[in-house]
Amino acid sequence: MTTTQDRPAVAKEIGQERRRKEDQRLITGRTRWTDNIVLPGMLHMAMVRSPFAHAKITSIDKSAAEASPNVVSVLTGADLGESQGVLINAWAITTDQVTPTHLPCPIDKVSFAGEIVAVVVARTQAEARDAAELVDVEYEELPAALDLKKSANDEVLAHPDLGTNKSAFWKFDSLEAGTGSSIDEAIEKARTDGVVIEREYRQQRLIPAFMEPRSTVVDPTGEQITMWSATQVPHILRFALAATTGVSESKIRVIAPDVGGGFGGKLQTTPEEWLTFAIANRLGKPVKFTETRSESLMVAHHGRDQWQKLTLAADKEGNVLGLKVDLLADLGAYVSLVGGGVPVLGAFMFNAIYKFPAYQFNCQTVLTNKTWTDAYRGAGRPEATFGIERMMSELAAELDMDPLELREKNWIKHEEFPFTTVAGLEYDTGNYEAATALAREMFGYDDLRAEQKRRRDAGDKVQLGIGISTFTEMCGLAPSRVLGQLNYGAGGWEHASVRMLATGKVEVVTGASAHGQGHETAFSQIVADRLGVAFDDVEVLHGDTQIAHKGLDTYGSRSLVVGGEALVKAADKVVEKAKPVAAHLLEASVDDIEFEGGRFTVRGTDQGLAIGEIAAAMFSAHDYPEGMEPSLDSEATFDPVNFNYPHGTHLCAMEVDTETGAVKMRKYVCVDDIGTVINPLIVSGQIHGGLVQGIAQALWEEAVYDDAGTLVSGSFVDYLLPTAADTMNYEIDHTSTPSITNTLGTKGVGEAGTIASTPAVVNAVVDAVRHLGVNDIQMPCTPERVWKAVNGVGAGGEASTEGAAAAHFDPATGMEGTTDRTTGGTQA
Amino acid sequence: MAKISLTVDGAKVSDDVEPRTTLVQYLREKLGKTGTVVGCDTSNCGACTVHLDGTSVKSCNVLAVQVDGASVTTIEGLAKDGQLHPVQESFRNCHGLQCGYCTPGMIMQSVALLEENPDPTEEEIRLGLEGNLCRCTGYQNIVKAVQEAAGTRAGASTAGAVAEEMDS
Amino acid sequence: MIPAPFEYLAPTTVEDALAALAEHGEDAKILGGGQSLLPVLRMRLNAPEMVIDLGKIESIRGIRDDGDAIVIGAMTTHAAVGSDPLVAEHAALVSRAVDHLADAQIRHRGTFGGALAHADPAGDLGAPALALGAQFVIAGPGGTRTVAADDFFIDLFETAIGEDEILTEVRIPKHTGWGAHYEKFVRVAHQWPIVAVAAAVRVEGGVIAEARVGLTNMGNTPLRARSVEEALVGVQATEDAVREAAGKAADGTNPPSDLNGQASYRKHLATVLTRRAVVTAAGG
Repeated sequence: MTTTQDRPAVAKEIGQERRRKEDQRLITGRTRWTDNIVLPGMLHMAMVRSPFAHAKITSIDKSAAEASPNVVSVLTGADLGESQGVLINAWAITTDQVTPTHLPCPIDKVSFAGEIVAVVVARTQAEARDAAELVDVEYEELPAALDLKKSANDEVLAHPDLGTNKSAFWKFDSLEAGTGSSIDEAIEKARTDGVVIEREYRQQRLIPAFMEPRSTVVDPTGEQITMWSATQVPHILRFALAATTGVSESKIRVIAPDVGGGFGGKLQTTPEEWLTFAIANRLGKPVKFTETRSESLMVAHHGRDQWQKLTLAADKEGNVLGLKVDLLADLGAYVSLVGGGVPVLGAFMFNAIYKFPAYQFNCQTVLTNKTWTDAYRGAGRPEATFGIERMMSELAAELDMDPLELREKNWIKHEEFPFTTVAGLEYDTGNYEAATALAREMFGYDDLRAEQKRRRDAGDKVQLGIGISTFTEMCGLAPSRVLGQLNYGAGGWEHASVRMLATGKVEVVTGASAHGQGHETAFSQIVADRLGVAFDDVEVLHGDTQIAHKGLDTYGSRSLVVGGEALVKAADKVVEKAKPVAAHLLEASVDDIEFEGGRFTVRGTDQGLAIGEIAAAMFSAHDYPEGMEPSLDSEATFDPVNFNYPHGTHLCAMEVDTETGAVKMRKYVCVDDIGTVINPLIVSGQIHGGLVQGIAQALWEEAVYDDAGTLVSGSFVDYLLPTAADTMNYEIDHTSTPSITNTLGTKGVGEAGTIASTPAVVNAVVDAVRHLGVNDIQMPCTPERVWKAVNGVGAGGEASTEGAAAAHFDPATGMEGTTDRTTGGTQA
Repeated sequence: MAKISLTVDGAKVSDDVEPRTTLVQYLREKLGKTGTVVGCDTSNCGACTVHLDGTSVKSCNVLAVQVDGASVTTIEGLAKDGQLHPVQESFRNCHGLQCGYCTPGMIMQSVALLEENPDPTEEEIRLGLEGNLCRCTGYQNIVKAVQEAAGTRAGASTAGAVAEEMDS
Repeated sequence: MIPAPFEYLAPTTVEDALAALAEHGEDAKILGGGQSLLPVLRMRLNAPEMVIDLGKIESIRGIRDDGDAIVIGAMTTHAAVGSDPLVAEHAALVSRAVDHLADAQIRHRGTFGGALAHADPAGDLGAPALALGAQFVIAGPGGTRTVAADDFFIDLFETAIGEDEILTEVRIPKHTGWGAHYEKFVRVAHQWPIVAVAAAVRVEGGVIAEARVGLTNMGNTPLRARSVEEALVGVQATEDAVREAAGKAADGTNPPSDLNGQASYRKHLATVLTRRAVVTAAGG
């Protein structure tokens, strides 16, 4: 017998399209972004950044800057020395990982364009910027390691003192792990009497491009040092500051106020934060740093950037036999907080929903003289899903099978769950058949296939393609023991507390740290149901280490499935504590007390008390059971035993204009199984936004560097985010097989859309022109690449964009690069 | 320094500003109108959109000295007497925002769009918002919010009824 | 971002503006609508000591009918041009191009003259102005002169406007009854065109009697595709018939190579877009 129900008897709130509690402030401008914070005597910082990707700093002349009006201080790496602390890598993926020391402001050498070489502190932001232009830095330029493949061969060293660019090699082999058979034998067998598909795919470098540029304010006055920062990870930030600066953790308070998006991009401990902290402490004054968009695109961490060499073995009937993955992953100049761990997160996902007998994953992480990379929405899993879903479509084409049929032949059937995969994960629940059937119907799959055939037969200028992505992902980072096995530097639990206030209101504190996800609303719905209180009576607090003293923050689709479960456990403890109090006040036996819909009642009678009444009684504490503390407040720390595995079927129809290479989305349908849905409105938003980010990788976004290592897509003029006019309405629906790894049955949703959509779109574009001899088009599928692929004047797998941005604003310097208007530039 | 006097969200203000001060900087730093935000430096993102003498502009792309004598409305002046503007209401009702950073600009541009074209098609809405970037929503619910505010969306009344029920 | 410091003047007459320009010479920069200048200043790509704002000069704002031409004051906003019935009737090509220029907020603030004087070869107004044979009225210390469109665009960001001169208005010969279309090719909506084609045609009985074609972003200046224009005369206004003439669109052009495409691709695009622009303009 369990004393509390596994599920609330009355689910009044869960599943409702509650309008968000957060929105009133956000739609009226009553917001508190970090850059809004102004403190008495506050100083402003501006950064002097390296224009070179790799150079020795030979001299820095600060005198003119120091003499500039209202400049308080100009500091270099040498001036700051050890006081600046150091930036950490929390996940050395191998014990012998090569990890360069990462000073926030290096002393004698810069390792990527945009790295900070000096900091100007002035009374206003304008004056700091004026003076920053006067700092005269002389460099001796060094050869830069820029191309990933060349860098992997150590042709030019990003950090000559390390002797190699190879940071770590990480391998998983199903034969060695005992989770499957030999990959070599599988490929050998397929070469003899089956098919082997070999492809190389590029995961281009992306920029998270959250809308709020990063900002940090540090106030060193008072006993505690307070840092406000536009971060996803206030708790990790506090720990890392304490660990690297020698300041006691309890003397540091980190607040993430309103945070304008992250998508992994704010899952970082940054040079800018460390310098603001060090300089505020040094000067004893509050200091602010807010980056410009140009700075943000240039130096805030980037994502993806892999080469994937894939070998898929199958028999002639289309049964998969094995998958071999060889990855090169670009770390950039330093190993960031999660850094090399991002591709490793993909290691468990290349096999996806399919029953591969044999699997091998090899990943080499490589240092280059580019901006460091780290998590971007999906982190490792979009890359893996892209690889396998492209390969399954290629296999189908090779065998002349319907790509959906081929997938069904190989996927895990719903009755086979729980299923242990060849990568060693146990998928708890799922029903790929159900999601696919619904998606197929919504999409009108057969009709679109018929139309595609008509257009092909007629030789239409505009061809139609259908792309499929049947994805799963592991989310809810993460079981701490699993992280331990992977050598990750922290756990994956989450903390929550529930405080029963005297007024009957409920204060919920979570260690998750929202930046747009709507935690206040969704968590209120969960607690309202669990405790039987009104939605509006629940207040959710987060994002301040002094209020939420314990937590591991928000990333990896973990807030609901880990943080939400911590909340459930804390709420259940409140009910458990309240029960004997109810029995005492109702003069009944505890065994006769029942709890439902917020009321404790004596079985078989109409006597009862609301949970709020008990909270009030415990506040006054005039009459409560002997041996009890006068408090119902409870907390819980939840550590999941497994990831959870949302999945779905995404179907995309793309029209390709073969005359220009322009592509246009015709229809996009997705059916996601994310288990129990707490708030369908919030879920729809997560899916829409996720889809567009994934579609944008397929079609528009790419961080392009020139030969000198300068980011040329360094503004929103050239780093192409889609607008409302470039997107459409996506048809979304759900099937549900509740997860059994948490009480609520939820699965993560934050990254699903992004993970699934990229291969669906590229598969559709390739499908539209496959009959013209095309089997790949490199991302982003620009009109030029598509046109060249179709016309055979450049294989789709080759880069064809120029490493130069057009000048639009200024004849002399252009925006950030120069256009070569006479001859072709070199390939990026 | 130059002296400027103008009306912002219905209040008369007067200040000395450096000519290089942009309107958004003036709103945020001098007036504390921090509801209006800066998202880029190339005037692509539209987060700083305000109304200047009745039309939408990007306030990063206007100098404070240029608005001497003008009337400016920001997101903070849109609600009247505690009553949300219908577009604010529809953004909430349709979940047209997540992190909320683009929201002030997105709402101000949507209001301007509907003033110029009270009965827009979906395509006109999408094109009308091409100067505003959002990274969270995928725009779908933003477009829906503008449609709802315009009263052109079939079923808008149903959604409203649901909201009413939920709030009761 | 914050511009470097500068002084600011807002004269109320063209004469005062010219005097200010004469006084400050090359240290001064003219501010029209500011939609290109302000980003330049914010990013500190340019740091003039003096900014002369033309925004208070009423005489160079507005649109009027001047017999055989429509006259657009340099400080008329794109929004005003786009919604003007005179422009729509007599210079429809300009209306089409303005409709999709930048975005709504920029169109509210940016000016017709400012964009043309900025002379970005990827700007949307140069090609229609060239195609329609616009005349640029330029005021200077010695009085006013008029420059033909063919002589106005000199090079990247360079026009016939002298350092001591100001563009005051643009005269666009009436093309009443002509079909017009501006075919703009972009990857995302808020981009400058990768290539665009401005086409105006006069069709008589299903046959093209006269054609004007301008190209955007196919060289250091907007270009007029005269060989296409000539080849179109007497051609049926159908896709197949137009194809051959449109195939000449890239002849003699020298387009840029950049992130959005190599020169060779742009040359190909120009031919396809020209065909589409002409066919659409002709009502096909």
